[in-house]
Amino acid sequence: MTSFITAVTVTTTWYLLLAAMLFAIGVVGVMVRRNPLILFMCIELMLNAVNLTFVALARRLGDIGGQSTVFFVMVVAAAEVVVGLGIIVAILRRKPGATTDDLAELKG
Amino acid sequence: MELFVFVVAAAMVLGGAVGVVLRSHPVHAALSLVLTLFGVSVLFVAQEANFLAAVQVIVYAGAIVVLFLFVIMLLGVDKVEDLQIEPFKIQRPAAVAVGAGLLSLISMAIIVARDANAPTVTPSDAVQAALDGSHDNNIRAIARDVFSDHVLAFELTSVLLVIAVVATVMLARKPRKGETT
Repeated sequence: MTSFITAVTVTTTWYLLLAAMLFAIGVVGVMVRRNPLILFMCIELMLNAVNLTFVALARRLGDIGGQSTVFFVMVVAAAEVVVGLGIIVAILRRKPGATTDDLAELKG
Repeated sequence: MELFVFVVAAAMVLGGAVGVVLRSHPVHAALSLVLTLFGVSVLFVAQEANFLAAVQVIVYAGAIVVLFLFVIMLLGVDKVEDLQIEPFKIQRPAAVAVGAGLLSLISMAIIVARDANAPTVTPSDAVQAALDGSHDNNIRAIARDVFSDHVLAFELTSVLLVIAVVATVMLARKPRKGETT
């Protein structure tokens, strides 16, 4: 058992597959859930999956640029959450308990 | 050892992600999100991205999830949703099918490209000089990269943050009397 653990090395492929699973769970969550706050959390899951991919490939390629990209993604994600939650608060103040199905005023 | 860390962190990440999607209580979903974010942070440490692991905990777990919880409490939506209500019967099976298809596509691409030769990337001189140092290599290298090669993008993110703050203040304030929004 110990020899098995030391024999197996964790390669970049493992990290990429884990990130793919995380991204797929986020996609399913966005399509299934109807609470706007939960949708936002699922978008965060997808962003984290992409960050994980960037870091894994940054190590694989020996290029620090991947890590600085993750840094920028985090900044943009923070800004996105702030604005998005502001919009959600504004909507839910007007319509308490609204789900995504109730927000169809722009439908043609 | 790395295998053990990877397995535990992967279990945290996937368990938290499934919790976000399946938990019916928004507060529980937010706490599951914390579990996922910590798992990703552990994976960053395992890949020697120490600075990003710290930023992940501070920005995501410390700021973003707290903001989520704050909004949940503020709006008073912290009650159990009924997940049985489903207006479109086909929606959930279709969503799961799309997710599984996406996962298998990406996995296929990853496995096919597994043995491809990695292109050789030569870091710029500043980054290489930082990597040659003895300690704090990760933070030094990121700093050199951000403040030399990507300094314009860095300045633009500061503009973005200012715009986001102003926009949020405009969204959140109540209009004064006689003022139309």
